[in-house]
Amino acid sequence: MSRFRTFLLAAATGVLSLASLAHADSPTLDRIKANKSISLGYREASIPFSYLGADQKPIGFSLDLCAKIIERLQADLGVGKLNVNLVAVNSSNRIPLIQNGTVDIECGGTANNKTRQEQVSFSVATFVSQPRWLVQTSSGIRSAADLKGKIVVVTQGSNAVGFAQAISSQGNLGLKIVQAKDHAESFLMLNTGRAEAFLEDDILLAGLRAASPRKDTLAFLPDQYDRIYYGLMFTKGDTGFKTIVDDVLSKMMASGEFTALYNKWFTSPIPPRNEDLDFPMSDALKERVANPSDAVSN
Amino acid sequence: MLAILFEQGSDGRTYFQWLLSGLGWTLTLAFFGWWIAFAIGVTIGVCRTVQNRFVAALARLYVEIFRNIPVLVQMFLWYFVLPELLPKPIGDWVKQMPPPWGAFFPALVCLSFYTAARVAEQVRAGIEALPRGQSEAAAALGLNGRKTHRLVIIPQALRLIIPSLTSEVMGIYKNTSVALTIGLMELTAQARQISEETFKTFAAFAAATVIYLMLALVVYQLMIWIDNAWKIPGTAQAKQKERRSLFARMPERAST
Repeated sequence: MSRFRTFLLAAATGVLSLASLAHADSPTLDRIKANKSISLGYREASIPFSYLGADQKPIGFSLDLCAKIIERLQADLGVGKLNVNLVAVNSSNRIPLIQNGTVDIECGGTANNKTRQEQVSFSVATFVSQPRWLVQTSSGIRSAADLKGKIVVVTQGSNAVGFAQAISSQGNLGLKIVQAKDHAESFLMLNTGRAEAFLEDDILLAGLRAASPRKDTLAFLPDQYDRIYYGLMFTKGDTGFKTIVDDVLSKMMASGEFTALYNKWFTSPIPPRNEDLDFPMSDALKERVANPSDAVSN
Repeated sequence: MLAILFEQGSDGRTYFQWLLSGLGWTLTLAFFGWWIAFAIGVTIGVCRTVQNRFVAALARLYVEIFRNIPVLVQMFLWYFVLPELLPKPIGDWVKQMPPPWGAFFPALVCLSFYTAARVAEQVRAGIEALPRGQSEAAAALGLNGRKTHRLVIIPQALRLIIPSLTSEVMGIYKNTSVALTIGLMELTAQARQISEETFKTFAAFAAATVIYLMLALVVYQLMIWIDNAWKIPGTAQAKQKERRSLFARMPERAST
């Protein structure tokens, strides 16, 4: 028995050392190759990046990008067709699931920033967002300065909590900040007049607004703040994997395939309700498409 | 692992201070909520046992409504639905209450009314547990219905139900965590916030868990003291409970 165990141990060590020779610097690639499968993390309601379509299958811009990456991995690793496991993640568990290896790559809409880089790594930017204020047109608020002393809402746990505090103290606005449980509830607070404005990433607000039955009553304020770069997320420091992912994305950006995909999800009607987000590519993203990069400012 | 608590958060305070501010709201909400719940609960509980059928039916209706709707739903109704039902100027005034009071008062009303329904049932059970001889003796002494309740029935019933009220006190401060759904930054909400900001989920929730646990022990000890102080001397129940403090030794069994 003990001899058998020793044999097993030796065999396992052998396999491991062979695998690590193949991709000395990429635990993710090793795992994908050994299991002949890849685990994609997706979001259930991150429109249009990653969400459940009419038949409850995850679809979206980020998932289309990931499909290209999988094609490339199949060619590079030479293991034939990879099984794709789809794992639903949320904003609380997406980072732990990347860290413990449950998810190989998250195809959602996750902002890349320095704090998160201490825990995980990101691809080149696939989207650029900015926090914006959404208000009711009837409120008569025309710019952030009009919000002085007013009640505003942000979602608990989002980046916007810190942004709102900074905007309030820098502009000397004395904002009264309410924190709702999730985006839907923040949006409800705005619609019921509990809060005068809702601060969140513009694309997220555009999605909520497009789905709202009263979309004409809601408007963005013109004020613009820091840019937030979104990326695909994977294990920290996995350079082997990152090289492949970045290469796939950069080639798509150079060939125009990326822009076509962008237009498919952001400026034309998308499932499940055929709403058009009407969110043309920003100058900031155009610049990143011309020069792919994963640099972030904060 | 808990070293994270002493790091500085995005607003310049340490995460430990975040937890403390959350704890403050939890305690404030639970404390005031409890006394309102107790007052309403005793009233409704007594109403459930009176002869007048109309009053008893109203009290029963109250209990069934507030006990049977999940507290999460009640929280949502008080916060989002009530202001829409009120006349517009009052509704707008409610909605424009500055934070955190805009969330605090609906949460207070919600938890008080919910807990009151539960307290009422225990008060009723306490009253019904008393032997009929008590009210008959009171009647024989010439006390009217109101005096019988005030001097004889309710004081005894309340003493009887102190142990089960302990659960309610623990219940109300644990239920305060539901208030995070309407944006009150109490203990659980702060733990979530820390976890979202630092991604140290285990540390954040471990700290919150320890605080909740310590609170539970404090409440338990407090209720034991109250129970001992108010026991009716000479009853079997009183003797049995003499040394049930958290720190008391287990009574030594007589060896056979």
